[in-house]
Amino acid sequence: MYPLPISRWHPTSRLLYRLSLPCALLLWLMPLIAVLLTSIRSSDELSAGNYWGWPRHFNLIENYRTALTQTPMLHYFWNTCLITVPSVAVSIFLASMAGHALANYRFRGNLLVLAIFVAGNFVPIQILMIPVRDLTLRLGLYNTVWGLVLFHIAFQTGFCTLFLRNFIRELPYELIEAARIEGASEWAIYARVVLPLVRPALAALGILVFTFVWNDYFWALCLTQGDDAAPITVGVAALRGQWTTSWNLVSAGSVLAALPSVAMFFAMQKHFVAGLTFGATKG
Amino acid sequence: MSTTLFGKIRQRGHARSKAPAPLSRRRNRAALLFLLPGALLFSAYVIYPIISSIVLSFYQWDGMTPRVFVGLDNYRELLQSDTFYTALKNNLIWLLLFLAAPPAGLALALYLNQSMRGMRLVKSLFFAPFVLPGVVVGLVFGWFYDPTYGLLKLIVGHGIPVLGDPRYVTYGIIVAALWPQIPFCMILYLTGLTAINSEIIEAGRMEGARGFQLLWHVILPQLRPATFMAVVLTVIGALRSFDLISVMSGGGPFDSSTVLAYFMYDQAIKYYREGYSAAIAVVLFLIMLIFITWQLRRLFRNES
Repeated sequence: MYPLPISRWHPTSRLLYRLSLPCALLLWLMPLIAVLLTSIRSSDELSAGNYWGWPRHFNLIENYRTALTQTPMLHYFWNTCLITVPSVAVSIFLASMAGHALANYRFRGNLLVLAIFVAGNFVPIQILMIPVRDLTLRLGLYNTVWGLVLFHIAFQTGFCTLFLRNFIRELPYELIEAARIEGASEWAIYARVVLPLVRPALAALGILVFTFVWNDYFWALCLTQGDDAAPITVGVAALRGQWTTSWNLVSAGSVLAALPSVAMFFAMQKHFVAGLTFGATKG
Repeated sequence: MSTTLFGKIRQRGHARSKAPAPLSRRRNRAALLFLLPGALLFSAYVIYPIISSIVLSFYQWDGMTPRVFVGLDNYRELLQSDTFYTALKNNLIWLLLFLAAPPAGLALALYLNQSMRGMRLVKSLFFAPFVLPGVVVGLVFGWFYDPTYGLLKLIVGHGIPVLGDPRYVTYGIIVAALWPQIPFCMILYLTGLTAINSEIIEAGRMEGARGFQLLWHVILPQLRPATFMAVVLTVIGALRSFDLISVMSGGGPFDSSTVLAYFMYDQAIKYYREGYSAAIAVVLFLIMLIFITWQLRRLFRNES
């Protein structure tokens, strides 16, 4: 192991290391702690100038209730759910099929298709903006949740296909051959052999794509206007514009916007990290 | 396994030269059907828009009335625009400063790569900023920099209008953007570090390599895949930067913190100059193309 495990350190250094951890953590998470504290601060305290000290009164319930009832926060939150859930489910489903096709079938242009998927992932998203906006308008989906869903499905499918193709390729090909010898149809090979084996990869991707789509701001700005279909990221930014001095309410809104992604991450850490670092260990 | 696959390709090549066997045709059809839904959507929403943007960059268009072909006029105008050079310069600053994220992430990973109770939670907490929405990160740092109430004022003693001063604004936003990017690189390196064969490290220690020497000659070469990923994704992240700029400064004051991505958005959404805006996107695309080619070359090298 590198660096030298602390069990082999001098006891004093070991103690210092242990003490340094919480300090470093506190410093690192300062911005996050500040938001959490501000979100439970009362407005009186803010107007008295206590922005960063320990709050004297805890206004947790009132602040969050105001943020949820006096502002369209709940509506934005619901929009984001409507956008995120189908985007994640469908893009992973489509990508698992495409990944299977690219990994287990040898047809002409296989590598070319893969290369296009890879290249598409690294393109600056701005180059897609005007045509995608135009397309969404022509489909009559501008300013609807579905316009965003369709785009996210398409874009994330590219990323997921690349990922799943590499994952499926690592599976022993003999399994598929064996299934073929037993007379399984091509669909059965996909659904009964490949899919169950890539479940960990699907979980990793699901959580990853969930945070990507949940946190998206750019496409929400491009494909929506006003409150109808706006997701929570746009909502929080709008809230800041309207409630410039109510830091506590905007903080409460921010916490609500960030909570699902953070919760998902902590609930499924192992999968998340596995997905994110896929390919970080081999050349 | 590789020999059987190779055998298969040879066989198939053989079959194609005569008449395709019905079995392989059925398989090809299955592959096509599996590929089709994803590929169609991807073509409509990613491939077609890229081509369409490139074509559009030679036109003048307000999004409603018919487009007018103007040749290279959009690019010519771009080359004479001060904002374009500001954006280009800021993109460069972003790129250079953002590349601090991989080494900083490595440092953090080395600091945290210990096994003791609660270490997993500590690592996760360090990682948490990465999963926050960019909008929230922008808001938080906006408050941090606030010249009248911000924490920065409390620390320094006097208010510095970081986001209101053309000299500091870009740097202020980059610092905010590094906050989630560093733990991202950290996690790549942590995974890389756990994958290193401990015998190699112990052998290095036996030979008398210590500390920095061991890191430089033994550990870093082993971490090359992680470094590659960290650098590529950091570069892409730097060129894609939009959310934070939009939330924290809106490209201002006086376009001083704009980058190509934001400049392009601004021209299209606020001024309805779709063709001009597409030209900016194409320039950004060309810059990114260098990295895409690099990535693709690696892919083909690995596959062959």
